[in-house]
Amino acid sequence: MTVTAVDPGLAADARRERRFFLALSLPALFIVGLAAMLPILWIIRQSFLTTGGEYTVGNYEKVLSSGLTWSALITTVELSLGTLAVCILLGTPLALALASARPRMANLLMAFVMLPLWTSILVRTYGWLVLLRREGLVNAALTGSGLTAEPLPLVYNFTGTLIGMIHYMLPLFLLPVYAAMRDIDANLVRAAASMGATLGQVIRTVVLPLSAGGIFSGSTIVFIYTIGFFITPAVLGGGKVNPLSIRIERTLSTFQDWGSASVLGILLLVLMALIGVMFLAARRLMARNKVGAAHA
Amino acid sequence: MLEAYPDNRLARILLWGFSALVMAFLMLPTLVVVPLSFSVSDLLEFPPRAYSLRWYENFFGSATWMAGLRTSLILGTLTAMVAVPLALLACISMNRLGGKAASAIQGVLLAPSIVPGILLAIGLFFVLAAQGLVGTLFGVLVGHVVLAIPVACIVLLPALARFDWNQVQAARSLGAGWATAVGGIIVPQLRISFLSATLMAFLTSLDESVISIFVASGHNSTLPKLMFLSLRDQIDPTIAAISTLWTAIVVVVVLIVTLRQKS
Amino acid sequence: MKSLPITIDSVRKAYGSYVALDDVSLDVQAGEFLTLLGPSGSGKTTLLMALAGFVRPDSGKLLLGNRDITRLAPNKRDIGIVFQNYALFPHMNVLANVEYPLALRKTPKAQARQQALDTLARVKLEGLAKRNIAALSGGQRQRVALARAIVFEPRVMLMDEPLSALDRNLRETMQYEIRRLHDDLGITTIYVTHDQREALTMSDRVAVMNSGRIQQIDTPQQIYDRPSTRFVAEFMGEANILAPGSARTIDGGDASRETLMIRAESFHLDAKLVGRDGVALEARLCAKAFRGENWLLTLALDDGQEVLVCIPAALASGCAELAAGQRVTAYAPAEKVHAIPGAIA
Repeated sequence: MTVTAVDPGLAADARRERRFFLALSLPALFIVGLAAMLPILWIIRQSFLTTGGEYTVGNYEKVLSSGLTWSALITTVELSLGTLAVCILLGTPLALALASARPRMANLLMAFVMLPLWTSILVRTYGWLVLLRREGLVNAALTGSGLTAEPLPLVYNFTGTLIGMIHYMLPLFLLPVYAAMRDIDANLVRAAASMGATLGQVIRTVVLPLSAGGIFSGSTIVFIYTIGFFITPAVLGGGKVNPLSIRIERTLSTFQDWGSASVLGILLLVLMALIGVMFLAARRLMARNKVGAAHA
Repeated sequence: MLEAYPDNRLARILLWGFSALVMAFLMLPTLVVVPLSFSVSDLLEFPPRAYSLRWYENFFGSATWMAGLRTSLILGTLTAMVAVPLALLACISMNRLGGKAASAIQGVLLAPSIVPGILLAIGLFFVLAAQGLVGTLFGVLVGHVVLAIPVACIVLLPALARFDWNQVQAARSLGAGWATAVGGIIVPQLRISFLSATLMAFLTSLDESVISIFVASGHNSTLPKLMFLSLRDQIDPTIAAISTLWTAIVVVVVLIVTLRQKS
Repeated sequence: MKSLPITIDSVRKAYGSYVALDDVSLDVQAGEFLTLLGPSGSGKTTLLMALAGFVRPDSGKLLLGNRDITRLAPNKRDIGIVFQNYALFPHMNVLANVEYPLALRKTPKAQARQQALDTLARVKLEGLAKRNIAALSGGQRQRVALARAIVFEPRVMLMDEPLSALDRNLRETMQYEIRRLHDDLGITTIYVTHDQREALTMSDRVAVMNSGRIQQIDTPQQIYDRPSTRFVAEFMGEANILAPGSARTIDGGDASRETLMIRAESFHLDAKLVGRDGVALEARLCAKAFRGENWLLTLALDDGQEVLVCIPAALASGCAELAAGQRVTAYAPAEKVHAIPGAIA
């Protein structure tokens, strides 16, 4: 292969054109830098400052030695895992049903499923408050039907928070799973059926392996969103559910402790990074195992 | 997909029954609010004993709520006006550059959508506090623009990828410069995507609450911030009225976008 | 309208390690109709797009007349281009598409309108000016694309497989019309196609490309009858490439010491139809097929080389009776036997 001698003038033109196209991104990049990157860097800076503005590692000592921090961390992970588990349990069968419906029907039902996605999180949270409170609709139905003698504590606690979060995440989880299932060639199912597979076997050996990528994407989305959730625990938790986000807000607003709030923020970032690395590793592992997936 | 098993009716009934329950779970909180908003009493009884427009009057008659609504609408409009053109330029840039440069730009622009809102909110609060800008419309605006850019990019990027770039080449060969080709050939043909991106950027701002909670204050408080404060204190049926209005608007907007896309 | 010559001087373009254009040089005379012919990936479209300004060469020069356009922006080149998929603007009607280049050149409205309508009449689209692009047939779109490319009186026109989307009958009509339009306007034209018949029918000269290089530039007849490389010989039609020594002359003379190219349709089964200085091949019939206007015979020489022989139905009275395995002698006149210079079969 001979090395191509590039005409300097033409090379300069090529660079100029590239710079022009790069420049088109600059305004957007600038504003993202200003309003997203800079704030994150500022949190890091703030975490090393005392209230007086001097350099310290005291914030870290204080936050990391506090039992409240660790219980907040545990609550955050519990809420994320709980939401993820229920999303998989509820979302996967629903995606299967929607993917096997006729296209017109599926589109219509998808519109309904997506409706909550378009509704304000505050509207939905309010709806759950109304439904789940002691005198609410759900408890009325439960006691009215005699299933429980006493109204159940469904809101202003962990359960309420979890329900609100599941409701928020389910459509977001559903989208990639539905897309993956919709993309499965119907002939594959027919082929499996012609070879004698039962419906259960087809789902286990064809449908689920082929939609694993979608389920994985959906799970990533659920995790990334839920670890930073603020509105839902703040309203439906009733002060009793305190994940990291709530601790951050309380440390900042109630105690005016900017340094500790920043340390908690960094903890949240680290948690995100950890989960990100875990998911990347898992994806690599999945890709490697694809070769041997025939026995799934 | 499962039509290869026409005889397996039990499985079908179970699957659809389960799905119906899950869909009911998804719809319920949005729908339950509607009748409550027309109730006479403030006890949130269901079904309401008598109907009235009391809570709507309460909302439209309140100076605080109206100020919040006004702020939110102004903010949403400004957000869309700033974010969508910026996103369009960035998407053209990514589309033309391709390769690693495009992936890098995309990574940076989409990053704010996965960073927890609470982090953006307190970070922005610190930065704005250092400049003495907490509580200003500008502070909330930049926060919302940053969140709206990824949303607009997600609409515009695939639209540009589907676009027949031969047309731009044709326009160029016929004598058009870059700006003329973008304004005369690309934008008119992508106006539906453009409209979608604008509406979604607007909704993103309208719906955003966490940044507003930390950064907006006083007469610049947005509607979601006021709703949040009100929800934390007590369950006021005025929120049911706002929620109903909100849902109605969103449904209409989504209907317009999907219908226009079809035609 | 004065047309300009085009000079392409040592143009190179590589994408990583893939060389799309390998030192291509080519002179196109003013008013000439030249076709770039080659298989896909041969570099013909890359060369065209370099002339248009959409592919930036790594090195080399492109000239229109005396003007160096190598670094000129595409919108400043004044070249009319017909794209493969036409690239008509779907949000403008026919007239607006054709007026577009004139509007960019700030031609006064009334004059632009007149010029556009005249051009539409020239491509036989009068009466369709207000149509939407979506409401046009493939052939009509093709004509709009042509009109749009010539309306601003460019002095050079480039066409990138403009007929590939049309069905066969329409293609032949359009081939004729494009050539007629070229002759009327006298505009220098470079036409890209992978269809050798189209290239032969339409062009003043044909440049055959392969792997980023021009293999041969010549008149259609020379390209067909006197290919300079084995690639050109085989790309241009059913060609038999014979190793040195496989043929003898009819009068029993020496076998050729060169590699020979004989087209399938140059053969006869009757020695009388061929002059005394012709060539004869002794072979065994492997297969025969009736193709309507001709018979295609597959022969095998004694050394195993396969030879395709195509006999026009009018001269093939004996073909139907031939049986596989039978020995046959095929004759070709001397003027149809072409030695490929320097080729090793």
